[in-house]
Amino acid sequence: MSALRDALKQGRFVITGEVGPPKGTDITKLMEEAEIIKNRVVAINVTDIQSAVMRLGSMAVCHLLKEKGIEPIFQMVCRDRNRLALQSDLLSAYVLGIENVLCLTGDYPTLGDHPGTKPVFDLDSVQLLAAAKGLCEGHDMAGNALEGNPDFFLGAVVTPGADPVEPQILKMEKKVKAGAQFFQTQAVYEIDKFARFMEKVKYLNVPVLAGIVVLKGAKMAEFMNKNVAGVHVPDNIIDELKTSTDRVKTTIEISARLIRELKQLCQGVHIMPLGWGHHIPAILDAAGL
Amino acid sequence: MIITEQKNFEEILRALEGENKIFIVGCKQCATLCQTGGEEQVKQMKEKLEKEGKTVIGWVVIDVPCHLLETKKVLREKESEVNRADGILVLACGGGTQSVREASNKNTHPGCNTLFLGVVERFGQFSERCSLCAECILEKTKGLCPITLCTKGLLNGPCGGAKEGKCEVDPEKDCGWQLIYKHLQALGKVDLLKEFQPAKDYSKLRKPHSRILERKA
Repeated sequence: MSALRDALKQGRFVITGEVGPPKGTDITKLMEEAEIIKNRVVAINVTDIQSAVMRLGSMAVCHLLKEKGIEPIFQMVCRDRNRLALQSDLLSAYVLGIENVLCLTGDYPTLGDHPGTKPVFDLDSVQLLAAAKGLCEGHDMAGNALEGNPDFFLGAVVTPGADPVEPQILKMEKKVKAGAQFFQTQAVYEIDKFARFMEKVKYLNVPVLAGIVVLKGAKMAEFMNKNVAGVHVPDNIIDELKTSTDRVKTTIEISARLIRELKQLCQGVHIMPLGWGHHIPAILDAAGL
Repeated sequence: MIITEQKNFEEILRALEGENKIFIVGCKQCATLCQTGGEEQVKQMKEKLEKEGKTVIGWVVIDVPCHLLETKKVLREKESEVNRADGILVLACGGGTQSVREASNKNTHPGCNTLFLGVVERFGQFSERCSLCAECILEKTKGLCPITLCTKGLLNGPCGGAKEGKCEVDPEKDCGWQLIYKHLQALGKVDLLKEFQPAKDYSKLRKPHSRILERKA
């Protein structure tokens, strides 16, 4: 039984982390990072060919985490596989002990390192959720019965800071109806805006884990403001980073403060450390978690 | 309309290597509007090839080169030149080029790249509107195609990647789903977006397509 499902069911404030598989087969650093945070998080997302840059697969890493007693969240994007491969990989993941699946659309290939590849997008994220739910109910997308079916805890993503946010919420509702049982969000830095979003999606009655992208400095914050859709780092945070004499300390303080504030608003946080996973324990200590 | 671009001249020259007598075919329809295979471009191509030492033994701009019967008729009229040609260079879309091949059975060269099915926004400005998916879903959005206007072709709403109404894949392009949302908002039909759209049936896209109209009795 999924520990993530249990924790959310019990109403605990849930913390999830994230690791990105490397380009290559050396998983030493990835496993170290997972070990550092494993006792502080309920589960760890493993990204699926993130940023469309070819690398080690999510399923294999999820399996390795599971073997170490770490609960994985298998990220699955629609960019690279058609419905045959997506459904088959879902079955494969389940027999490898993977119970949590996060269904996403995926970044477009021209943004990655194999821009000439054929983009698949046979399904979109809503259809993938519906397909995964179907497998749990014992049938594939064609309606054929399965010999033994998985029991997934299905998740999806949403961008609370999108402008306009209404189309995101319409899609979020579709995702819930299609089978999403929890949400992880794009990075949140504007608490008031997020509070308004949570008010708007209250009717969906689904747990939301707010995204925390650990800001490594003012430059990164400015880069995100310029380039990442639906994310806005307010000026006061950028100023804090700019005037800081101890960048790591300030980063930890900012993340911890965000987490403390978000704790009043949603069911958990999803921390994306982007290589600064070793600071997660300090962030959670500072947040009192 | 089928939107084309002319191939790079060096590529055309490489394709014509070892061939001296060239016959050029243009198109009075789409390729004329795209300025890739109209009379003007055919004449320019003739000059450029002659400068490179080729002999252009004839040329014709066919009214509708993708119409096989018409193309056969026109090429028969030009038979003496066509038959003496080492190769035919076609300044039209891939459909026109293959129709010329079928009509002549000659060594046929494409002079253009076929880009998309588009509309003419204004003179010299074309943009894609239809992906020929064989199962039109414009009814769902009251007239905007998400398969074409959304880079990822998503059917159930936007990804999280739009920034200020632009697509993250190409900031020059509008987010298709934002256009759809605004259109439906103006029509008071945003609720249409709540309907789950199932996966498309790609068996309808099995190639090569053909279609034969039933004859009326």
